[in-house]
Amino acid sequence: MDGMSLLTITVLAVFVGFEVVSKVSSTLHTPLMSGANAIHGIILVGAIIVAGQAADPWVLAVALLAVVLATANLVGGFVVTDRMLHMFHARKEVGRNPSAGKVEGP
Amino acid sequence: MTLLDPVWTALLYLVAAVCFILALRGLSSPRTARRGNLIGALGALIAVVTVFLSARLENIPWILGAIALGSAVAAPVARRVRMTQMPQLVALFNGVGGGAAALVALLELSHADNPWVRLAIVFTLLVGAVSFAGSGVTFAKLQELMTTRPVLFPGLPAVMAAVLLAAVAAAGVVIATGSPPLAVVLLLLGLAAGILLVLPVGGADVPIVISLLNAFTGLAVAASGVVLGNVLLVVAGTLVGASGTILTRAMAAAMGRSVTGILFGAFRGGSTAGSTAVSERPVRSSSPEDVAVLLGYAQRVIIVPGYGLAVAQGQHTAAELAQALESRGIEVDFAIHPVAGRMPGHMNVLLAEANVPYESLKEMGEINPEFKTADVALVVGANDVVNPAAKTSSGSPIYGMPILEVAEARQVVFLKRSMRPGFAGIENDLLYEPQTSLLFGDAKDSLAQVLGAVKAL
Repeated sequence: MDGMSLLTITVLAVFVGFEVVSKVSSTLHTPLMSGANAIHGIILVGAIIVAGQAADPWVLAVALLAVVLATANLVGGFVVTDRMLHMFHARKEVGRNPSAGKVEGP
Repeated sequence: MTLLDPVWTALLYLVAAVCFILALRGLSSPRTARRGNLIGALGALIAVVTVFLSARLENIPWILGAIALGSAVAAPVARRVRMTQMPQLVALFNGVGGGAAALVALLELSHADNPWVRLAIVFTLLVGAVSFAGSGVTFAKLQELMTTRPVLFPGLPAVMAAVLLAAVAAAGVVIATGSPPLAVVLLLLGLAAGILLVLPVGGADVPIVISLLNAFTGLAVAASGVVLGNVLLVVAGTLVGASGTILTRAMAAAMGRSVTGILFGAFRGGSTAGSTAVSERPVRSSSPEDVAVLLGYAQRVIIVPGYGLAVAQGQHTAAELAQALESRGIEVDFAIHPVAGRMPGHMNVLLAEANVPYESLKEMGEINPEFKTADVALVVGANDVVNPAAKTSSGSPIYGMPILEVAEARQVVFLKRSMRPGFAGIENDLLYEPQTSLLFGDAKDSLAQVLGAVKAL
């Protein structure tokens, strides 16, 4: 891909990044930080490409270390964010939904 | 095995990028947040499957093994970590992501055939290394493996300047020649810069630094996307870089501080070191029973939880106390300052974990007008976020920070460990007001005693 297209995509992504986050309430700042943190774990894709092209054992070793680190970022990030958000969710089920279900249920 | 068509590859990466955007947008509301996060994970899965199908890769068993190892380490830790320790876990995950980006850039140096690509490599190396080392130091501070106070030594600014100058020089040579040994030197200089950047940052400001380093890692990932010519990495990294920057500024604004002030304030001497000075003025201290009577015969109580509650793991006891009061027909709300807890929004997570109904958690703008109608404001382990000095004394370090206006309530009860000032290191005049009483002790123990006394009423 040529430099100009990459630059265009980057600039547009900056604005999308500003836009989607400016609406987030402070209640969700921590899950948001954690969720954004998980997203940059996608460097795993880069680490896989580098490891897949490695011919030298040392290069492979370093690339595999990058794969392990990136996977930890990606998987750990999404799991811990989900756990955080599950608490917001679970509380609603305990608090309101069961009684609402009883009223509306058959 | 036939490879995926480049058009299909690009389309699948686009789908993944859209998933990431939807994930960030979903996190803007508690209702859609969890689904948003799952959409993000789905996007990541699509991207990882796509890379295996679209490029001719060697060493696939090794790569799969490394992925299994990374997941096997990270997933159980993420599942088991206590919610109060979550900020340092986020720091840790952020750091390893930055480290991965730096390693990818280092290995791509031998394939880089023009100075522009080498510029992107140098950027990724440096920023990734800063993020890795900086996150390591924030982890150590939050986990209390080292002091949470700002670490300063004479000549720190000179050392930092020397490291940065050396890094710029090494970066210039790497861009011009592509020398691998100097790239390793650059990586080491980046690590040193990351450590030096975070060492002088103290206590309450550490979460803002995590957010900043999160944005740094995003930028490093975006730059590595330029190196590899991978649009998904460019888009995802830029998204995180941009949103992380906004988030960092929002967090700093909520604390009445500037990002540059946090990072470089200590260099100039005006840090958040905090003082341990204790005033001689008299305060009204009270017993758990007194507090229980105040609370038990009130009509409306507003609980203001803070950092001290999080540290003492007192959120469950606070929730029980709220339930006990509500069963007596008392209206109870939690007033959440944007930076209560160890990081912004952290208190919401802790109270949600303790099963406090979402409707009882009131944000600052919503609850501030209601303090006037409250009989008792119960401040648990918070100090700076309720300090009227933020409004009245223009010379105060926290001047301009929005606060919870507990002084408006008829009675104010502070549960505090000691008379020591908060992180900002300034005294809270509210402690000496006639309507204020104090109960000293660990937040959790004090709450448990008050809870017992309320039940005995």
